Amino acid sequence: MHWLRTGPCSPGGRGAMTPRNGFTMKATVTITPKRAVLDPQGQAVQNALEHMGYTGIGAVHVGKFLEIELIGNEPAEIRQKLDDACRRFLSNPVIEDYRLEIQ
Amino acid sequence: MNIAVLQFPASNCDQDCIHAARLLGHHARLVWHKDNSLGAADAVIIPGGFSYGDYLRCGAIARLSPVMQAVRLFADQGGLVLGICNGFQILCEAGLLPGALVRNRSLQFRCEQVFLKTVSRGSPFTSKIPAEGILRIPIAHGDGCYFADPSTLETLRSRNQILWQYCTARGDVSDLANPNGSVANIAGICNEARNVAGLMPHPDRACEPLLGGIDGRRIFDSMSEAIRAKAA
Repeated sequence: MHWLRTGPCSPGGRGAMTPRNGFTMKATVTITPKRAVLDPQGQAVQNALEHMGYTGIGAVHVGKFLEIELIGNEPAEIRQKLDDACRRFLSNPVIEDYRLEIQ
Repeated sequence: MNIAVLQFPASNCDQDCIHAARLLGHHARLVWHKDNSLGAADAVIIPGGFSYGDYLRCGAIARLSPVMQAVRLFADQGGLVLGICNGFQILCEAGLLPGALVRNRSLQFRCEQVFLKTVSRGSPFTSKIPAEGILRIPIAHGDGCYFADPSTLETLRSRNQILWQYCTARGDVSDLANPNGSVANIAGICNEARNVAGLMPHPDRACEPLLGGIDGRRIFDSMSEAIRAKAA
């Protein structure tokens, strides 16, 4: 999968060109438990926050955050592939929702 | 019965399963997760553990291992597949069983004896469990809270796919007897074809008096009987 790599992003950040491979981009995936699924971690964090005196908290949901560094020429194609990966692997649609953003 | 026991990086009940199976007079051997074939086997057991360190989600990476393609083919052809603990999580992640397993309601790793009510005896995994008999089998997990959305749960109920529920010693299916917050106290289920099952409790750790009980034998005996009947 040429559009996924594990090395660090180039210092150029968004829009920086690499000689042969195209633009570097960064995708972020935010994964949260579905509202219908028990979230005891979120509940525990909420309890602790309230215990510390932070008021006005309706609910806390603990999830996952992934940063994925990318190289490619076709942002639309990359988004489609990553969206596919989110559904098939990075999140479990039975219990989780995800939000994919590409910068 | 000739049993293939899968072994993933960080499986830790693979030898328990081999030991239990041999103790009960069956043939059992390990199959490495990178193997593409199961070899000759009557049944597959996916053992407990923490495959791939539980990274991302329990079972999420293990289900991509090459051997799981062979398991899927084996299951499609009607072969018996039993997932125990992490094995149950892997089967759900692989889509071979519906639903998913999430963090225990208590956030605690629970390691204790539980009681199980057998909801459906009409399966290759439960046929030899006496009617009204309550099984006493240990659990050892942090992510055993079974979740399925309401429509999936309704399907599981209507097709008698719920095999075991957590209950009290007297057989009451109550919230007090639920060690992890599983929806409908579900401890184990099977697929629609009834040849793939998963459960969080460990029958492999309940096959000899030395370990505190032999109720796990009923599940292996059921599988053995189903294979005998199929061969006859």
